[in-house]
Parts: sequence; C-alpha cells; structure tokens
Amino acid sequence: MAAGLQRCEGCGLVSRPPAHAPEPRCPRCDTALEFRKPDSLQRTVAYLVAAAICYVPANLLPVLTTRTAAGESSDTILEGVVLLWSPTGWPLSLIVLFASIMIPSAKIVALGYLVLSVRRGWAQSPAQRTRLYRMVGFIGRWSMVDVFVDTFTAALVQLQPLMSVEPAVGLVFFAAVVVLTMLAVESFDPRLIWDAAGANEVRHA
Amino acid sequence: MYSDPAPDRRLVACPDCDLLLRLPVLEDGASARCPRCDYELWRRRAGSRARCLPLALAAAVLYVLANAVPMLGLEAVGHRASTTVVGGALELWADGRELVAVLVLFTAVVAPALQIGLMLAILVGSRRAPAPRWVGTLLRHHPAAVLWSMIEVMMLGVLVALIKIADYATVVPGPALWMLAVLVVLLATMQSLFDPREVWARVGWAADGATDAAAPDTAEARP
Ligand SMILES: [Zn+2]
Repeated sequence: MAAGLQRCEGCGLVSRPPAHAPEPRCPRCDTALEFRKPDSLQRTVAYLVAAAICYVPANLLPVLTTRTAAGESSDTILEGVVLLWSPTGWPLSLIVLFASIMIPSAKIVALGYLVLSVRRGWAQSPAQRTRLYRMVGFIGRWSMVDVFVDTFTAALVQLQPLMSVEPAVGLVFFAAVVVLTMLAVESFDPRLIWDAAGANEVRHA
Repeated sequence: MYSDPAPDRRLVACPDCDLLLRLPVLEDGASARCPRCDYELWRRRAGSRARCLPLALAAAVLYVLANAVPMLGLEAVGHRASTTVVGGALELWADGRELVAVLVLFTAVVAPALQIGLMLAILVGSRRAPAPRWVGTLLRHHPAAVLWSMIEVMMLGVLVALIKIADYATVVPGPALWMLAVLVVLLATMQSLFDPREVWARVGWAADGATDAAAPDTAEARP
C-alpha cells in the first residue's frame, strides 16, 4: 500500500515523487530523497574500525603530563581515574571511568553487533536492537567528559616555575575515538534493522 | 512538477523503523509514539514558537556573558590564574594539541552558539507565514548543532577538573560557571518545548510556494 512513498530526511514530509523521476527531491524542503542513508553500513564500519584502532593508543598513551620541581610524570586515562579515587572524589572517578573507558568500548561493540545483525539479516527482536541503537546515540556524547577535564586542568595549572600540566599525545587519540564513534552512530541507519527483519519489504516493492 | 495529489500532512514514516502512520489529534504536551519501535514521532507543543523565543533570547545573553568572564580561577602560593572557556581551548592550541583544541572549541563554543543562533533565526524568520525557505534550511541543520553542542558535558568535565586541581591549589569558581549552569537548564527547556512540525507547517514549499499554514495548527486537521 505504501509503494512509492518516501520520507524526507530533512523535514520528515512523506511524499510520492513522480514515477521515474531520476533524482527525486522533497517538494517542501528540496532535500534529495533517499530510501536509506547512503552507504550506511560501509561508512559505519569504516568509522568503527578507525575508532577501534585509535582506542588502543588512547588508553595506553598518557593524556596529561605534570611537571613539578620533583620531576615529570605522565598519566593515562585509567591512571587519571585511579588518581581521582578518594573518600570524596570516588563518584567523579566512577563517572570518568564510565564515560572514558566503558562508554567508548561499549559503543564500538554495540554498533559492531548491529552492523553484523543487519549483514546477517537477523529477523528476531528488531525492536530491542533499535532501542540499543538509540541508547548508544544517547550516551555517546558523554564520552567527551575526559577531553574537557584534561583541557581545563591543563589550562589552569600553570604555576611556573613550580608546576605545570600539559596535554599529552594520548588525548589526541582519545578525542579521535569520541568523534569517530559519534560519526559511526550518525552513519548507521536503524531502518536497515527492520529491512533485514523483513518488516519493510512492502515499501520497496 | 508534482502532479500527484498534495501529500497527506498527517502521514508520517517512523524515522527509526519506517512504519507508515497517520498522526492522531493530540492535546498540548501529549505525544504520539511508533507502535512498533516506540520512537517518539511527535510531541505536540502548542504555541511552541512563542514560548521558545524568550528562552532563546535569554540563552543568547547568557552565552555571551559566560564567554566574556572567567569560568575558573586558581590560587596557590601567591600565584593567581584564571581561564575562560575559549582560554581553555587556546591553551591546548598553544601546547601543540590543535586537533583537540578545535574539537573543544567546536563542542563548547561554536556548536552552542549555532544551537542558539539557529533557533533565534528560525523563530524570528517564521513569524509570518509563509516563512521564507531559508527558515527550512536552518531548521534542517538545527539537530546537528544540538547533537554537537556539549555544554552540559563540559560542565561535568569542569566539575571533575575542579576536584582534581583542588589537590594542588585553591580553586575559585568564576561567575561564568554559574551562568553556564543556568544556560544548560535554559537550553534543555528550550529544546523540550520546541515543536519543529509547527515551524515546518509555516515554511514555503520548494515545489509551489504553498504552505500548510492555511490550517495554522496542524493538530486540528482530521484524525
Ligand atoms: Zn518506529
């Protein structure tokens, strides 16, 4: 019943483009109409692979270097979490642990699972997988927390010649992980889950 | 160009699962969800443009003030230092972390400005129906500005930084910190009150210049 109807990604209007239109556009906002986000799976996988590669140095290399009269020390993200652990600071320590280590890795695993489920054409529980996708998008931006922590720590602690804090190279990789996973979420089209489950076959007929 | 009958304005396709649905008539504040995947298709906010305008104006003023005054100060053994939001990012640039500096500037300064600026332009531009088509163009890009605007995430980051630095020195929260906290609440309220369908109904069409605004409140149409 719905054959030929298309939803505009720009404004949401559902319209029926003229038959055989070479490049159908939305009559309201003039956005090019597509049935799905273009190259969704390929782009999601590319961003995910890049994010997974950056995830390793992001966690192994130091994100901050502290210089004091006593010498120089460097902390990785995990060491930062440990340093923050104290009778008063432990809730924030847990927040950074979740935001910087658990969320990025969970995002990569969850999106990888969703891509695999579409590739394999899994038909079961599309609603749960759609909810998983939404949750990944919803919590994803919070993984930026540590980038802000390190930025403002380094900006403020400049007590030359006593002490200074500088961002180290691990921060660049960590920031890349945050951006790449956000782009991966944006590239993924959850409607593919429903296509694979056979729920939308009528629409392409 | 579009010889078919005009599209049914109440017909929607779920953006997450592509189910075709007809929107029901809703009370103000009520929402319609996709029965298949539970996506919130529409939350009706009657008069959302009028309610969002004062919030957007207040947010614009607070945003400018919050970026003009220091956010954090520090005192230790006779030394004093303070930084603004932009100052924090510029420090990163000076330390040779240009990519991270750009990301921080974008998410904490540029994207929030876009979020507020686009909202103001959309609200002012759609005062008269039919609204010019550039309003539609801005409305289309507004969700991306909201996605990358991370003031609330930055607030949490600053809080953690405060605790961290408290080990070395006395930290003095600057006035901008309180302004940013209010700004976070303002922006969240503004986004939750905003009903993009209300604006789309007023934007002139690319195909023939028509609008939906003949029936100004889309919800009054037949169920
Ligand atoms: Zn749905």
